[in-house]
This record gives sequence, C-alpha cells and structure tokens, in this order.
Amino acid sequence: MEKEKTGFFAKLKNGLNKTRINLLDGLDSVFHGFSEIDDDFYEELEEVLVMADIGVMTTGEIIEEIKTLVKVEHIKKPEDCREYLIDLLAKRLTVDSEGYSFENEKSIIFVIGVNGVGKTTTIGKLAYNFKKDNKKVLIAAADTFRAAATEQLEVWAERVGVTMIGSKEGTDPASVIYDALQSAKAKDMDILLCDTAGRLHNKKNLMEELKKMNRIIDKEFPGIHRENFLVLDASTGQNALNQAKEFKEACDITGIILTKMDGTAKGGIAIAIWQELKIPVKFIGVGEGIEDLQKFDSKSFVKAIFEES
Amino acid sequence: MAFENLTDKLTKVFKNLRSKGRLTEDDVKVALKEVKLALLEADVNYKVVKTFIKSVEERAVGTEVLEGLNPGQAVIKIVNEELTNVLGSETVELKFEPGQAITVIMLCGLQGAGKTTTAAKLAGKFIQKGKKPLLVALDVYRPAAIKQLQVNGEKQGVDVFSMGDNVKPVEIAKASIEYAKNNKHNVVIFDTAGRLHIDEELMNELVEIKKNVDVHKTLLVVDAMIGQDSVNVASDFNQRIGIDGLILSKMDGDTRGGAALSIKSVTGVPILYVGMGEKLSDLEQFYPDRMANRILGMGDVLTLIDKVMAETEEIDKDKEKDMMARLKKGKFDFNDYLESMNQMKKMGGLSSMLGLMPNLGISKDDLEGAIDEKQIKQMEAIVLSMTKKERANPKLLNPQRKHRIAKGAGVDISVVNRFIKQFEQTQKMMKQMPGLMGGKKRHGFGGGFRMPF
Repeated sequence: MEKEKTGFFAKLKNGLNKTRINLLDGLDSVFHGFSEIDDDFYEELEEVLVMADIGVMTTGEIIEEIKTLVKVEHIKKPEDCREYLIDLLAKRLTVDSEGYSFENEKSIIFVIGVNGVGKTTTIGKLAYNFKKDNKKVLIAAADTFRAAATEQLEVWAERVGVTMIGSKEGTDPASVIYDALQSAKAKDMDILLCDTAGRLHNKKNLMEELKKMNRIIDKEFPGIHRENFLVLDASTGQNALNQAKEFKEACDITGIILTKMDGTAKGGIAIAIWQELKIPVKFIGVGEGIEDLQKFDSKSFVKAIFEES
Repeated sequence: MAFENLTDKLTKVFKNLRSKGRLTEDDVKVALKEVKLALLEADVNYKVVKTFIKSVEERAVGTEVLEGLNPGQAVIKIVNEELTNVLGSETVELKFEPGQAITVIMLCGLQGAGKTTTAAKLAGKFIQKGKKPLLVALDVYRPAAIKQLQVNGEKQGVDVFSMGDNVKPVEIAKASIEYAKNNKHNVVIFDTAGRLHIDEELMNELVEIKKNVDVHKTLLVVDAMIGQDSVNVASDFNQRIGIDGLILSKMDGDTRGGAALSIKSVTGVPILYVGMGEKLSDLEQFYPDRMANRILGMGDVLTLIDKVMAETEEIDKDKEKDMMARLKKGKFDFNDYLESMNQMKKMGGLSSMLGLMPNLGISKDDLEGAIDEKQIKQMEAIVLSMTKKERANPKLLNPQRKHRIAKGAGVDISVVNRFIKQFEQTQKMMKQMPGLMGGKKRHGFGGGFRMPF
C-alpha cells in the first residue's frame, strides 16, 4: 500500500525542518538565553551537543575549541559564538566534489551496515538516482540471510526498472556477488550496487564474510572505482563509532549514508565519526519514498541545524 | 581510550585516596563525574543522567565505606544498586489473559528496530509455553515485509495471517481476531509497520487499531543501539498509543544499551525481553542487574566480586590449614601449585582477579602487560606433564625426566628448566619468610587466594 505522496521538495524541507527545529530549540536558548559566556553557558552548550549524539568526547573537544576561539577572537556574547560553531562543524564535514566521482565513472558500490539501518531501501534509492542519470545499473542482492530480503530488493528493482541478480535464501552471498560481477562485465554495466545482509560489527565470522566479498570484487574488477558505503541509522548513539571502526577494518569505507534523518534524531554521531576516523557523510535518507535520498551537503546541513528559518 | 572501563577510571581517580569511614562529599563528586561520563558514553539521555546523578549523590554522601572497598568501589556499588532499581528490581513476565481467552499483543516501533524478527521469536517462545500463537502481518508498506513474516513464521511452525498489502491494517487486525477464534489460537501477535513517532498519519493508524481491537499488550521494540533520541521515541509512542512493555533488540552487539535506562525512566514500563541474536531462538528474558553492569561498562565485574566472595567461603578450611602449614615449612610442591591454579581459574582468571583486588590501584591495562595468561597455561601444561610422584617430590626431576616433561607439555626444555628454577626460588623464599604467610587475619577478597609463584 503506497502512502499518499507529498511533493518531493516539501518532504525534503519537512525532513530537514524536523531536524532543524529540534536542535534549534536547544541551541537558541543557549545562544540567546545567556548574557555572557560563562560556565553555565558552556554547560548548556555541552548538553545540547551531547543530546545531538555528538558524544561526550567530541563535545568536549568542540567546547575546548570554542573556548580558545573566544579567547583569541575576543568574543564577548554567546550569540556571536553561534557563527563560529557553525563554521567549526561545517568545515569538518565538507565533502569535495571528488567524493562523488563515482557518479562519472564505472563504479562498484558496496553497501554495508548493521541490521535495520536501511541498506536495502537505500540501494533502491541509489539505483533510482543512477537510473535517472541514464546509467546502466545492476543490483546484486547479496543479503541471502534475512527472510525475504531478496524479495524486498526485487520490488525496488522493479520500481526503478533495473536488473537484479539474486539467489535463494541461504546461498553463499559471495557467490551472488561473483555472479553479479560476471553479469556486470558481460553487459558492460556502469554501476553495480551490492546489497549485503545486516550484520553486527562484533560478529567475527560475518565480518570475515564481508572481507571475502570485498576480495572477490577486487579480484574480478581490479582498478575499477570502488565505493564502500556504511549505512548508519541517524538515531544511533555512540555505538555507531564502534560500527564505523569495525566495518572500516573489514573494508575501507569511502562514505557514510545517514538514514532516517526525517525523524527527531540529529545524527550528531557523524561528527564524532568524522573527528575520529575522517569518514565523510555522502548521502542522507529523509523518508521511505524513492526520491528520499539527498546528497549530503555539509554547509546546508549544518545551516539547517543551526539557522533560524 | 574512549571506552575505558569505568572501574579502571575510578581506580585511577582513587589511586591515592585511602579514606576510610564515610564517603565525603568530595569522594562522591569525583566518582560521580566519572559515572556521568560513563552513562553518557552508554547513550543514556543527558537529562536522565542529570536526574540520576543527583539522586545517587544524595544517597551516597555520608554512606559508610565497607571494609575491603575503596571509596570509588563504594560509590559504584550505590550507583549499581540505584541503576538496578530504576531498571526494575526483578524480571517481569508477560502476563496472558486467563484460560483460553485470546491475548492480543501489538508490536510497534521505528523502522529497522527488529519488529518482524521479534514477532517470530515471541511466537516461538509462546509455543514453548504451550500457547497456540498467530502472527498477523500488518506491515503493508515495506516491500516484502509480509513475506518476511511468512518465512519466519514457517520456520517457527506458526500460522501467519495476512490479507496482502491492499487492505487497511485496521481491517486486517479485526479479521485476524475472527480467524484466531475460529482456529483456536490463544495468542495473537500484530507485526506492525515501522514508523516515525512524529508521523501523525501512521501513529493514528495504531490508535485506530487499538480502538477497534482489544489489544492487551502493546510492546515497543527498540534498537539497543539508539542514542539520545530514545526518550523522544519512547515518550511519543507511550503518549500517543500507550505502551505496556519494552523489547530491546540487537543486544548481542557491543552497545552499552543506555537507552534501556532512558526509556525506563521516561515511561516506567517494564523491559520484558532482549534480542540476543539473529536466530529465532535468541530472545531472552531481561535481567535488570546484568543490564546495569553493562550500562556502567563494568562487564561482569560485580558478578565477579560475588563469585570471589562465594569461592572464598567455599574453600575447604582444613585443606587450607594443611596447605598453610606446608607452606610455612617450605614444603610447597607442584600439587599445591596446581591446586591454587584451579582455585584461580574458578574465580575467572588472574587478570580479572587482580583487577578486582581492592586498594591495589592497578588498572586492567597495567595488568595486561605484566601478566601473560598464556605463560600461565604453559606452566600448567608443564605440571600436568609430570607424574604424580614428580609433582609431590620436585627433587626427582633429573634431565631425562625434564626432557620427557618438555615433550609432554609441548614446550622447549629451556622453558621447563626456567620454570622449575623459579619454583625452587619460590620455595626458598617461603622458607625464609614464615611470617609472610598466615598469622595475620586476612579479610576481603584476599582470603583464600594465594599467588601460585
């Protein structure tokens, strides 16, 4: 059953609005609720940043930076801190155009993450984006573990109008990847999207399975542009940092896709991940519709979080 | 290190503190600062942490520090008790309607929380309890969600009721109750679509279902890895639909699961089950005390404290006396060595044991470099490769025997030589220092625990 569609832009704006209003609530009271920059102000700022899931460590670092700035720049009013804070965070998250070079060349996109973050839905949306750009897209349904995962992806493939290579539940996912690679070669595809089963990052054998798939891709398509996207649920707390570390260990992550940004979660953990691992966010998911995937633009993202409308 | 163990941190903080008697305000403040960080790192909501810390502070100041504990550990003990208190003092069982009446359970939650998997796991659990459950597919939005439930239902041997994805969930829910009545099902589980707590339209759908069907238990399924947003999610679901219980999924990951505390604090509903794996059998009862330890990042430290105490009491007093006497005379042989090895193993290994010792002021990190558990295993293998006579009388060990032992233990002869030399030195040392062993009254965890070399 399709939910009634609101317009794409309205929805997008809605999604961001929700994010913005929430952080704004807190931040505004921080920047406008204090007359001077004192310990109370910093404590309130800490609260707001921690509540955005940025994490205690990273929050501490950010506040230290702000404190230094306040000294060096002779900032007197809390509200003047606001611009500096926006700059500080935006600078950190910027992705240059090279980060999206996979859009202009033959690429294999390997999508990984823990259970339930929205990998399959994201693949559907990505496929739609590429298809819109007239690319020849192939999808590999390498989640052979979860019941009906392949069927779910099949629905997406049909919606988008692209081919999908899949297999029965319980098949070795590496063999699905292998078949898809052969097919991509034979049909000279532009983009191969690989869906994988959700796996918790502390399950050793499952991480080994990822490595194996990764190796097969490298072996069959040496030199091709590779993107390994880690899909993260924006509502995830500090554990996302562990996720990023462990998945990075298994295969080099080239970007994060932050899903479910249309909720009230702020996705601040992305800032902590950047701080520690320097992995950029490349897309955000703002809904369940096929068009609800946006390129991550750090400036508008941070602005949308901090700016008043 | 970001996720340092709380015990380690507190040990460092209190390294130079040996205050006895009652906890001072300063003791408590210093310790609670670390506890606050630990809770925030565990994703407990900021506001919940603030309130929690305050209540612990009030309780802790002036409390007596138990013999054998340092102030940090004393605070941890209180924190742990309070945590367990908030999380629920005991395990709560899901109550069914009496007799053969149908119990209707509705699962709800955000997208990807694990509702469908949990629904099937629950059904499996209920079969074990002698119930005849029916799974009902109300997720008509996500592609193949119905199919997923059907496949999982089949694996569990449970009936799945569905009407495809073109019928309104309310209608499916109503029809499913009729079906259950006709087919003698006594538990009905609604698997609803994932939804955002701020999605008016979809939240209304759940309200409608509850209006039209007698739902006995509405359970919120929450991903254990959720961050600060958990309070918003839980209180919205609770206010809009009303929830009776919580299921925490994906607890087999390495998340500290602070959301459990946040949600319990803002809703007051009991946590019923935790999802511990992807297999359909991996749904476990919730234990508040275990969860408290996990949130604090102390792993099983507290459990170990208990274990040590229990073991200490268990040790056979006569045997101990006998051994002490022999030790004083320097008659410590390889049998004694094995005995103390076994005792230690029972208590959970050397490094965890030493980490537990009060007032030592060593953290686990320090220990890991200093003591190589592998080496200890090697020594054990060497002793086990000896004959009984050799163990009782180390003097028997000539080069020929040593070679045989080395082969048996799978080590080089030099390792055996080194070990025996060390052992002899220990023997000598003990003879020279009779005052060291025994005499003084030992207390706390030190009792009954001897270093094997």
